[in-house]
Amino acid sequence: MAIITTTRGDMDESLFEKREGSVDNDNELTTWVEYWDGEELVHRSAHVTLKKMPSFAGGETSSFA
Amino acid sequence: MANTQSMCTSFLGELMLGQHQLGTSTIVSRASLTAPTTDTFKAALYLVSATKDASTTIYNTTGEVTGTGYTAGGVTVTNATAPIATNSSATAGVAYWTPSASFVYTTVTLATAFDTVLLYNFTQSLKAVSVHTFGSQTITAGTFTLTMPSSTTTTALIRLATT
Repeated sequence: MAIITTTRGDMDESLFEKREGSVDNDNELTTWVEYWDGEELVHRSAHVTLKKMPSFAGGETSSFA
Repeated sequence: MANTQSMCTSFLGELMLGQHQLGTSTIVSRASLTAPTTDTFKAALYLVSATKDASTTIYNTTGEVTGTGYTAGGVTVTNATAPIATNSSATAGVAYWTPSASFVYTTVTLATAFDTVLLYNFTQSLKAVSVHTFGSQTITAGTFTLTMPSSTTTTALIRLATT
């Protein structure tokens, strides 16, 4: 039995439908997990892993030339 | 042997450590020049509708997320790893830094979509450091974890480079 935090307090995850997903692109790897009770979302967590620094306007890096 | 004109690579790393103040001194919170203190950095989340970009100069609450379990200003960033400076050629170098742990927002409900984190210097008058975006997210009674890029010359979160 695994306990999760929900909008109704800490509850057994087996009581809910678990949905998971991910996005993997050049900027990030993101995974998320959701628990649903029918049409009601009771828990959603996400983990974003950034892959690189952002590009600045007009260039890839801020630089001293 | 010959001399080669170049900005010193170590200078780039020292900039990140705040060891150089060119012109009039502006840093006011250093406890001692002989026993310097480390600044505290924080990470705040912003809504999809916010306008954080390269022109952002300080942290403020305009467009910041709100919700159960989230404190305005965000979470403290683990700042335990010193910047690294290295030469990439005889005339070019790069200094880089990545926080040494993920940003974790534990047991929060953020119902309005957000897609941005602002890294800023809490100690130095909330001065902005960088803006990072990702795919739009919401959190419901859950945890949002943001893991930084690997600390390398090409992927570190913050890089200063000579070309």
